[in-house]
Amino acid sequence: MLLNIKNLHVAINGKEILKGLNLSVNKGEVHAIMGPNGTGKSTLAAAITGRENYDITKGEIIYDGETINDMAPDIRANKGIFLSFQYPVEIPGVSMTNFMRTAINAQREFNGLEAIPAGEFLKKMEEMKKLVDINTKLTKRSVNEGFSGGEKKKNEIFQMAMLEPKLAILDETDSGLDIDALKVVARGVNELRSTDNAFVVITHYQRLLDYIVPDFVHVMYDGRIVKSGGKGLAFELEEKGYDWIIDQEDE
Amino acid sequence: MIRKTNKPEDMQKSDTIYKLLETSLINEFEQKQVALTGSCHPVVSRSRINGFEFLKDNGLPDRKNEKWKNSPFPGQYEEEYLLDIPPVFYDKAAEEIFRCEIHGFWADTYSMLNGWYYSTKENQLITTGDGVVVGSILKAQHQYPELFEKHFGNIANTEQDGFTAANTALFKDGMFVYVPDGVEVKNAVQLIKLINLQEPLMVNSRNLIILGKSSRLTFLHCDDSVNHTPGFINTLTEVYMDENSSFELYKLQNINDNTSLINNTFIHQERDSRLKVNILSLNGGKIRNELHVNLMGQGADADINGVYLVDKQQHIDNQVYINHAVPNCHSNELFKGVLDEEASGIFNGYIYVARDAQKTNAFQRNNNILMTPKATIDTMPFLEIYADDVKCSHGATVGQLDDEALFYMMQRGIGREDARLLLMFAFLAEVTSKVSIEPLRISYEDMIKRRLRGELSICDKCVLHCSEPDKPIEFDIDLSKI
Repeated sequence: MLLNIKNLHVAINGKEILKGLNLSVNKGEVHAIMGPNGTGKSTLAAAITGRENYDITKGEIIYDGETINDMAPDIRANKGIFLSFQYPVEIPGVSMTNFMRTAINAQREFNGLEAIPAGEFLKKMEEMKKLVDINTKLTKRSVNEGFSGGEKKKNEIFQMAMLEPKLAILDETDSGLDIDALKVVARGVNELRSTDNAFVVITHYQRLLDYIVPDFVHVMYDGRIVKSGGKGLAFELEEKGYDWIIDQEDE
Repeated sequence: MIRKTNKPEDMQKSDTIYKLLETSLINEFEQKQVALTGSCHPVVSRSRINGFEFLKDNGLPDRKNEKWKNSPFPGQYEEEYLLDIPPVFYDKAAEEIFRCEIHGFWADTYSMLNGWYYSTKENQLITTGDGVVVGSILKAQHQYPELFEKHFGNIANTEQDGFTAANTALFKDGMFVYVPDGVEVKNAVQLIKLINLQEPLMVNSRNLIILGKSSRLTFLHCDDSVNHTPGFINTLTEVYMDENSSFELYKLQNINDNTSLINNTFIHQERDSRLKVNILSLNGGKIRNELHVNLMGQGADADINGVYLVDKQQHIDNQVYINHAVPNCHSNELFKGVLDEEASGIFNGYIYVARDAQKTNAFQRNNNILMTPKATIDTMPFLEIYADDVKCSHGATVGQLDDEALFYMMQRGIGREDARLLLMFAFLAEVTSKVSIEPLRISYEDMIKRRLRGELSICDKCVLHCSEPDKPIEFDIDLSKI
């Protein structure tokens, strides 16, 4: 099992957001996490990636056989956990190229490898830029600075492709994307899918799941996963909304 | 005005201690007046006496003086310094005392040691094939009296405060550069000023730089220490830029934590002249840079930039005065700094636009990162505008490193320390990227990286090598070349 979350409780400033969440993800699987606003979907992503001020008050996150509750974010990243941010951060003064090479070399150093040779790095950049249809001009700019909403999201997938994570969490990657950009993002993800990695796709809408077809769909409500099913569940949600699940839960 | 966290400071020093430096400066002049004024050009003699009178009447600046009210200098005049040591006999090359981090084929290096121009006797004032004159100001005053009559003490306001007055009354030596009309000096002129003495010394040095019409000069002014002995450097530089001349001034400050530095630079710009200043304050106990730019001819342009990095209990003060006296001039100021631990800083940007100075463009910005809750910065714009058709703007920010950006970088596998360094370096890059001499810019960036890593201290360049040998610089940032 790649990711095993057991009875996870997470609080921000003392306020409990996740209230006993369970989730298991195996290699080769794509899990979709859906649910209304404010149910803790992004908190889950933050807890898995080790964001500060997200306190795990109870439960365990086991990744690749190891409890990572207290692990620093950069170590988790170097062990293969990647988050495609809902709101990618602009970093003025740090060029995309520079940022990417620093990140790749950090990962390689962590794995006891030499720094990436410049030629190999450039070749990989070119290859992955094509994959997500990113303009060369963008990689010469500062990280996310002056990027459009769609470019920022494509850039997240580009970084994912460069870093080749084992577990990728896509937090609302579809929000703010037009249909063409959505297709590009989905194509990127589908190209990278393999029996060695897994994806957790957080989304509001079923739309993205037309292109990234999940193996499992989970519905979150009030800090827990309240319903799980196959990809059919997403269609059901699209038709009936969340209320029928919430009603069941509240009863 | 933005004021972050007030640091309790002992403002109530007793008067006797407070006056120690002042009294010794006054006594010094009274005792040595004959020697000081006797061998000078009459213009220099007269200004020495005027400087002394001003110092005697007004003393060193105190906190009642608006321009010094947040400065830690007043109230700390209790150190005793040697004021008069004999000229240094030239017995070995300056490079044997100090290896400069930043020099190369693009610069001709000159030195001052303990306040004296450091060269062989025959090289005290040299003239190159193009008629460019470089050397000791003591020598120059007699060889070029007409230049001294025209410019010496006329560009600076020597009676601005006790420090400019003391400098004028007591200066020992300094550098003189003259570039004739139409001459573009290819190599930069680099002045390395060193203090290497086991006892505390105060150095008053005076520089005069004159650029003829349509001439060009790059000047690099480095202040360095080679040991940890306390010192006080009080420098006054006058620069005259004739029509259509171009002057680039780089100041690099890397002095020990026990040394105070006051650096007054006065620049007079004639029509269509272009000034570019870049001040890099890397280390120092207390540093105050005052830059006075007088835009006296239409079409003059001044681009003033600075980076400062302070930590421990260091203090950095940048005071920039831009005087738009005539129409159609342009000025731009950009100062950025990182203040760590208990360091403090001041930025005051004065822009004065005279009544007739229409079509003035004047911009000013100061951005700061405070790394700890105890670090402080006072940043204040002062705009006095009497013309009605002008574009002026100012802005200041005081903030912390962006936590969102830090997490974003860490999520990509970059360690916290490297992420912090990368963010700080990126923050400063806006200024360093303006350094137009490529090897100099690379040195600047390299020194900043090492400073941010805590690897740069005055020790690792000292011939005594009491510190660890240089560590390799692994933190590679500039990838634009690959």
